[in-house]
Amino acid sequence: MLSSPTVRTSLIFLAIALVGLLFADIAITASNPWRDLGNFFLGIVTPNFFSSEGLMTALLRTVAFAFVGVALGGIAGFLLALVYRSLPVRMFCAFVRAIHELFWALIFLQFFGFHPLTGVLAIAIPYAGIFAKVYSEILEEADPEPGRALPPGTGVISAFLYTRIPDCWVKMRTYTAYRLECGLRSSAILGFVGLPTLGFYLEASFSQGLYSDAGAMLILFYILIATMPLWVRPKLLPVYILGAPFFLGEGLPIVWGNVQRFFTEDIVPAPLRNGEGLAGLTPWLNDLMINEAMPGIWNTIVLTQIALVATGIISLLAFPLISNHFGGPIRRNAGHVALVIARSTPEYILAYILLQLWGPSMLPAVVALALHNGGIIGHLIGRQTSSIKLRPDAPSGLNRYGWELVPRVYRSFLAFLFYRWEIIMRETAILGILGIYTLGFYVDSAIQNIRFDRAMVLILVTALLNIGVDTLGRYIRRKLALQTMPTC
Amino acid sequence: MALNLIRKLVVSSLFCVTAVTASAETFVFTAIPDEDETKLVERFRGVADYLSEQLDVEVRYIPVKSYAAAVSAFRNNQVQLAWFGGLSGVQARRLVEGSEAIAQGVEDEAFETYFIANTNTGIKPAGELSDLESQLKGKTFTFGSKGSTSGRLMPEFYVRDTFDSKPEDFFSRVGFSGNHTRTLRLVEAGTYDVGALNFQVWEKELGDGNIDTDAVQVIWKTPAYPDYQWTIRGDVDERFGEGFKKRVTEALLNLDNPELLESFPRSGFIPASNDDYEPIRKTAEEIGILD
Repeated sequence: MLSSPTVRTSLIFLAIALVGLLFADIAITASNPWRDLGNFFLGIVTPNFFSSEGLMTALLRTVAFAFVGVALGGIAGFLLALVYRSLPVRMFCAFVRAIHELFWALIFLQFFGFHPLTGVLAIAIPYAGIFAKVYSEILEEADPEPGRALPPGTGVISAFLYTRIPDCWVKMRTYTAYRLECGLRSSAILGFVGLPTLGFYLEASFSQGLYSDAGAMLILFYILIATMPLWVRPKLLPVYILGAPFFLGEGLPIVWGNVQRFFTEDIVPAPLRNGEGLAGLTPWLNDLMINEAMPGIWNTIVLTQIALVATGIISLLAFPLISNHFGGPIRRNAGHVALVIARSTPEYILAYILLQLWGPSMLPAVVALALHNGGIIGHLIGRQTSSIKLRPDAPSGLNRYGWELVPRVYRSFLAFLFYRWEIIMRETAILGILGIYTLGFYVDSAIQNIRFDRAMVLILVTALLNIGVDTLGRYIRRKLALQTMPTC
Repeated sequence: MALNLIRKLVVSSLFCVTAVTASAETFVFTAIPDEDETKLVERFRGVADYLSEQLDVEVRYIPVKSYAAAVSAFRNNQVQLAWFGGLSGVQARRLVEGSEAIAQGVEDEAFETYFIANTNTGIKPAGELSDLESQLKGKTFTFGSKGSTSGRLMPEFYVRDTFDSKPEDFFSRVGFSGNHTRTLRLVEAGTYDVGALNFQVWEKELGDGNIDTDAVQVIWKTPAYPDYQWTIRGDVDERFGEGFKKRVTEALLNLDNPELLESFPRSGFIPASNDDYEPIRKTAEEIGILD
C-alpha cells in the first residue's frame, strides 16, 4: 500500500498535521461550552423571525450585493479569460483572487466608506480573478474540430462566437450559477465588517446571546440558498441583474479626495511618508516582519494544515451519508440536509459561532473549516459513489466502504482536497479577524490602529502565501495526475 | 404569520426606496461600538431625534462595527460628529485638521477602568495592582476592543507599567472580547479568568441587576483619566452654515433628558477641549499604539 503515491502523499500530510497539533493552540476555554451550545440549538429550534425590522431589508441587500458583485465579476472575468494566455494577466488574476473578499472590503471601507461600491467591488474583484481562470480553462477544453471546419477568412470574433461559445456554454452557465451561491455567502459575510447585509444583524444578535434571533437569520439564509433552483431562473436573470443595483441601499456618499489620500498617503510606508527615506524603511519592515508577519504566517500554516487533514477526515466520514450504497432514502435525505447546512454556512460564520461558544483557540476554526469544506467534498464524493455500480455479491457495511468505495473515489477525493487547500488557507488567514492569531489578526490590528501601510504589507504577504500554496497544490495534483472541477 | 412577514417585506422595500431620497445635507454622526448594539441604536436614535429638533436639520446616526470604522468614517467626512473614546478621539483629531473635542460626559473627566475576575479564580480585591502580581500571573485575560481606551489602552498601560512585561507574556492567554458588555459576560461565565472594562458599564449593569456578583467581582480600579467625548469636524460651519458648530455644542451641553442621559450613562455633558486628552495621546505613544 505504501508504494502507492497517493497513499504516501496522504500519510505525509497526516504527519505534518500531527506535528502541527503539537504547536497549535487547541483548547476549549469556555467554562460551560455545552450549556452555551445547548442554548444555541434551542435558539435554532425556537427561531424568532420578527426580531429586527431590518432583517428583511438585510436579506434583500444580501441578494442584491451577490447579484451585482457576481455579474460584474463574471463580465470582467470573461473578458480577462480571452487574454488569459498573457502572463501578466494570469499573474494579475492570481493576485486578485488570492485576497479574500473581506480583506478587499476592509480596504475599500477606508476610502469609499459605507458606500455600496465597497461591497460590490469586494465581491467583484476576487471573483473576476476566479472567473477568468475557470472560464479560460473551459474555453481551452472546447473541441477545436468545429473551428477547423470554418471556411477560410472567417473573422476571429465570428469563429469564437459560433464555434467555441456553443461548446462551452453549458459548462460556463453551470459554473456561473454555482458561483452565485458562493456570492450569496460572501455577501452575507460582508455584514461582519459593517455592510448592510445579513452578517451585520447576525453578528449583533450573536454577540448579545440572542440565539433565537440568530437562529431565524440562519434558517432564512439556508432557505434562500436551498430554494435557489426555484427563484434563479434563466428568464428572470436579466430582471434580477438590472434590478439588483437599486436594492443595494444608498449608504453614504463617496468623497473622492479620500481615494487619492489613501493611495498617495495612507498606504505609503510610515518612514517614507515622514521623509526618513529608504534608511528608515529597513527597520520598519524588519519590525513588521518579525513581530507580525512571521507569527502570522506560522499560525496560518499550522492551522491550515490541521484544517486540511480534518477536512479530509470529515469528507470521508460524511460521504456515506448521501451515498446510495448505504441506508434507506430517509437516512439519505437527512444526510443531504446535514451536508447542505454544513456547506451553506460560510466558514466565517461557523467559526464565529463556535468561538462564541467555546472561547478563543484554534479549535473552533479547525472545526468550522473542516465542517464547511468537508460538507462540500463529502457531497461531491457521495454523489460520485452513487453512480458506481457494484457487483450483486459485493460486500456490505464497513467492508463495502473500505474495500469497494473509498479506493474507487480516493483519487478524486484527493483532487478536491488539494484544490481546496488554497481556499482553506485564504479562509484561515481571514479568521484572524475573529481573534485567532493568524495573518488576519495582524491585518485587523493594523487597521484598528489606523496603520494602513502595515495592513497593506500584511495583506500582500497573505496573498503571496496563498499563491504559493496554490502553486504547490497544483504541482501535487499534476504529479499525482489528479483531475478535478473547480469548487468554491 | 405569513401576512406579517409580507407586511414587513413591503415596509422594508418601501424603506429602501424612501431612503434614497434623503438629502445630501444630512448631518450624520456615529459612535464607537463599545456596548451591545441594540442599546447603542436605541440610545443614539434618541440623540439623533434630539439634535434634529435642536438644529433644524436632518440628523442621522450610523452604527459601525469597529472603533476604526468610526474613526475612518469621521476622517472621510462621511460623518461629521462622533462620540469617541479617549483614544479613538485622539486618533481621529490627529487625522482631521481643525476637528475639535466639544463636549464630554461629567464622568469622563475622571474615568476609570475596572479589572474584574471570575470568583472561581480566588483572586481577592487589592488597592494596588502590584499586590496582585502573583495571583494574576499566568491567568487568562481579556481586553475589550483593540481600539478602546478603558478596555485596552489604560489596562495595557498599567499591566506593562506594573509588571514590566507585555500582557501576552504576563498572562497565559490574551483576548479581545470586542466590547465592554462582552468582557463582563465572558469573565462572568469563566471563559476568561480576568478582564478589564469601562467602570460606567460595570456600574450601570450592576445597578440594573444584570451581574451575578457571586460569579464576578471587581479586583482593582485604575487611577482616573479623561475618556469619552463628542468630536466634531472643523468644516461643518462651511457645510451647514455659520455658527453650526456652536449650535451643536450648545445642544449637547444642554441635553437634559434624563432618560437619554441615563442610557449613556452620564449625568450630563460639560465642555471639553483637545488639550484635555494629551495624557491619552502620551500613553498611546508610550505603548506603541500611536506613532
